[in-house]
Amino acid sequence: MEKKKVIITVLGKDTVGIIAKVCTYLSENGINILDISQTVVSEYFNMMMIVDLSKSEKEFADLSADLENVGKDLGVSVKCQREEIFEMMHRI
Amino acid sequence: MITNWEVIETNHMIEKENLDVRTITIGISLLDCIDSNLDKLNENIYNKITTVAKDLVKTGEEIEKNYCIPIVNKRISVTPIALVGGVACKSPEDFVTIAKTLDRAAKTVGVNFIGGYSALVSKGMTPAEENLIRSIPQALASTELVCSSVNVGSTKTGINMDAVRLIGEVIKETAELTKENDSLGCAKFVVFCNAPDDNPFMAGAFHGVTEADAIINVGVSGPGVVKTALEKVRGESFEVLCETIKKTAFKVTRVGQLVAKEASEKLGIPFGIIDLSLAPTPAVGDSVADILCEIGLEYAGAPGTTAALALLNDQVKKGGIMASSYVGGLSGAFIPVSEDQGMIDAVVAGALTLEKLEAMTCVCSVGLDMIAIPGDTKATTISGIIADEMAIGMINQKTTAVRVIPVVGKGVGEVVEFGGLLGYAPVMPVNQFSCDDFVNRKGRIPAPVHSFKN
Repeated sequence: MEKKKVIITVLGKDTVGIIAKVCTYLSENGINILDISQTVVSEYFNMMMIVDLSKSEKEFADLSADLENVGKDLGVSVKCQREEIFEMMHRI
Repeated sequence: MITNWEVIETNHMIEKENLDVRTITIGISLLDCIDSNLDKLNENIYNKITTVAKDLVKTGEEIEKNYCIPIVNKRISVTPIALVGGVACKSPEDFVTIAKTLDRAAKTVGVNFIGGYSALVSKGMTPAEENLIRSIPQALASTELVCSSVNVGSTKTGINMDAVRLIGEVIKETAELTKENDSLGCAKFVVFCNAPDDNPFMAGAFHGVTEADAIINVGVSGPGVVKTALEKVRGESFEVLCETIKKTAFKVTRVGQLVAKEASEKLGIPFGIIDLSLAPTPAVGDSVADILCEIGLEYAGAPGTTAALALLNDQVKKGGIMASSYVGGLSGAFIPVSEDQGMIDAVVAGALTLEKLEAMTCVCSVGLDMIAIPGDTKATTISGIIADEMAIGMINQKTTAVRVIPVVGKGVGEVVEFGGLLGYAPVMPVNQFSCDDFVNRKGRIPAPVHSFKN
């Protein structure tokens, strides 16, 4: 399967260094970030990242498992989803 | 570029509103397994199913991970067994061996149901088809994952009343043989009028003879998503209501389309259809009845229910049909009683009766589904209920079905537990007046005049 864009969402209680930890992991694995946006709604941290997996050695399944662990260390939930599900639902 | 809001909305639907893909069903033709030797036939069937579907569960799980979307069921449908076993099986007992083979194959590949223990007898029964129908009670009692269906009528052929009469008895016998489990066998058997060849939903799935060697059909769901969307438009006009349902159905169906395409690529099996049904589960918030309440009814079954359901069914189709080029199967709202908490509540409250459910089936996708009735209901009465439902399908050129469970040893008001996705149901009262002389007539009801279109 061709590797494409992946949406990473981080959801949890706001603490220091969430973005830093996730970004460090991504840069160490050669994954380019295309877009980041974040909001904090009633102390809950909500970040969305669009990353490009095409130049990375990482398989989607590994990325997903690794980031879940990064999230666990920070006490937040990190979720990876291939972009197509959002494209399909929200674009005609 | 996808926005944060869109991501949040999708994930909210998945996590909070029970958005899921209800089933990926592989249809497998067993016509090339036919052999006059019963052992050889069973071996061929086992080998074909376990070869074609060997990666189904793994692939389904992979897709779930890729998109974080649950795919609740992975299933198999096969060519109606009456056709496959016709040469080898000389008795109902012979057919039961095939049911056991299907069960074994399903367990090997890890699917949760296999459908197609079926016969298509809308105009007449061959001896093989009659044997298969007579074998259904034993087949369902001695297997776990096998689902059975019989098509007894169509708009083109009329209704085979001999089959309807026989099936009343078959349902009673199935109930008796599985009485230890609240007559669970009947929950795995459905009788149809105008059965579609490509339905991915159980218990009625089979792989029609018009289909290719193998095909992927996907059933989507999402009553919870529609309900939540409608909460935001309370008190608005019908136009706004319809628009909201359409948009939501579109999004839900797109997910099914994505999953179907991906499963098809990964498995190397062509994509058949998306069935854009609103299929409820017993989980709270995953109910079609709750949508009807959100539209403005106190309970499903209140006056206005049929109109509200007609509107819902139509808007789901209109939204879904643009989301996929190939829509098929049943495609509409399902109204099973035991699998929908809102329907159960409506029955318990006294708002919903068998007769109202029958009216509702005129405007939605299937029929009298997962309804527990008293165990002492006569076979002819069950046949009468089936005949009524088949007539609705025949005259309205739509699929109708009956899946009733005469629960042995239980009466009106008692509760039956089927477990899992099949849920639980209060036993509903049945009209006590006789239809014996009607059901006992021989032959068939002719096709209606509007079927002569050639």
